[in-house]
Amino acid sequence: MMARLVVLTALLVSSLSVIANPFSAVFASNLIMARSHEKFPEAMLTLQTSIKEHGYTVARVQRIDIGLTGMGFKTDKYRVVFVGKRDEIQYLTKKYPELTPYMPPKVSIFAEDNDTVVVTVNPAVYKDMIDDEEDRRIFDRWENDVYSVFKDFSEAAEE
Amino acid sequence: MKNQILTLILVMAASVVNAAPDGAALFHQHCAVCHGDDGKGGVGVPLSLASFIDSVSDEYLRTTIRLGRPGRIMPAFPALSDAQVNALVEHMRGWSDAPAVTHNTEPVKGDAKRGEQLFAKHCAQCHGENGKGGTGTGVTFSRKRELPIIAPALNNSGFLAAATDTMIRDTLIYGREGTPMTSSLVTGLSETDIDDLVSYIRSFEAQPHDAAEDEVMPAVISVESPYTVEETIENLKAAITDQNFTLIRTDYVEHGFVEEGKENKKQVVLHFCNFNFLFQALAIDPRVGVFLPCRVTVTEQDGKVQVATINPMRLSGLFNNDELKEACREMTGIYEAIIEDAVL
Repeated sequence: MMARLVVLTALLVSSLSVIANPFSAVFASNLIMARSHEKFPEAMLTLQTSIKEHGYTVARVQRIDIGLTGMGFKTDKYRVVFVGKRDEIQYLTKKYPELTPYMPPKVSIFAEDNDTVVVTVNPAVYKDMIDDEEDRRIFDRWENDVYSVFKDFSEAAEE
Repeated sequence: MKNQILTLILVMAASVVNAAPDGAALFHQHCAVCHGDDGKGGVGVPLSLASFIDSVSDEYLRTTIRLGRPGRIMPAFPALSDAQVNALVEHMRGWSDAPAVTHNTEPVKGDAKRGEQLFAKHCAQCHGENGKGGTGTGVTFSRKRELPIIAPALNNSGFLAAATDTMIRDTLIYGREGTPMTSSLVTGLSETDIDDLVSYIRSFEAQPHDAAEDEVMPAVISVESPYTVEETIENLKAAITDQNFTLIRTDYVEHGFVEEGKENKKQVVLHFCNFNFLFQALAIDPRVGVFLPCRVTVTEQDGKVQVATINPMRLSGLFNNDELKEACREMTGIYEAIIEDAVL
């Protein structure tokens, strides 16, 4: 009876944590986005800190906004952050060369008025490109981690 | 005692599960990233604009959330429960003190043929030919906030399902203060003219712009090169320049993951860009950075040299943005041309 109680409690706690987590993976979409009320420099720092805390490497930050304001754009703050785990990138690109053009995954970050927005392709999208069920789980984990990182990103200004 | 604990746990769980959904939290989760927490707009249109929120019914908002705007960025949210959708609507209602309007579902009877002529003269300049809508997104990061919002696509199946004839009629009669949409009565149209316009807009239902399903494209554009990795790279550099793109840098897939100099030299990435093309793409959809800058990879495995890029046509399907499709089609052609030039 006690064991059943423990299992039941665990299940309920698990269910409640999904309900309580506003960035749970329940509502999956092809693009995952989040908004932060932090200004761009602080938001960029929050993003990179959370990425690292989740065990990923920021391999490169690419500016793609040089001259944007000169072309009439409202902001010149637009970066692409290349993210991944070395062993997984090496493993996936060796076993699935067709994934190489998509690796490492990227997160776009841009200023929008006084806020900052991030967007990335849902890693679950890459699952369609491979067959091995075990390997597909890598992307499930990436997806959960993206939601978790974006939750940190979104909530940083509220702390 | 055990039964009491079990009951307590079940009661606690039930109270959380049965609690009314938090509209503000749902809006933050699903909507704020595009529309802003205060609904003032961003990638998405400004929902809290008084002339908008005060003139649309709860049912219009509910249907819009459910169906989205196919091909116009706004996604559909079919997985939300009715209670969650209602909570979202209630949250949006909090931006205004005015009570929600209701619109009856009676069709407006007008002359659609005559409405077509009036539309071409009075509406198409902003709403586009056949009501396809203005170019770009809402108050995007790429446009100044002071600029007017982009005219919505009136031929969109999501809009047509959400808007009743009387709502469209009211919008024409009263306009939308704070946007370029002025009252049609002020611009000299009669109520009969307006009814004709409504009938023409409703006629779009017979041929919704967004009806075509996307063909599933291959995820990558990939060709085997008859040259060595080094020769292929040099060929690609020349081909990139020939296509009026600027080579930004050449590095390795493992760049940043392993110590510099120890990367796998058989996995090379060429990054390149055409800034005019980049600006055009960002103006269409500021989210396209997820596949920028342009890249082509050269890999050697088992003695074979492979040249590959992402397939923009495949990725365009992720964005729910019909305007982006044309740019992606163009980019796919450029990638194919660059690869073909390099491996010939």
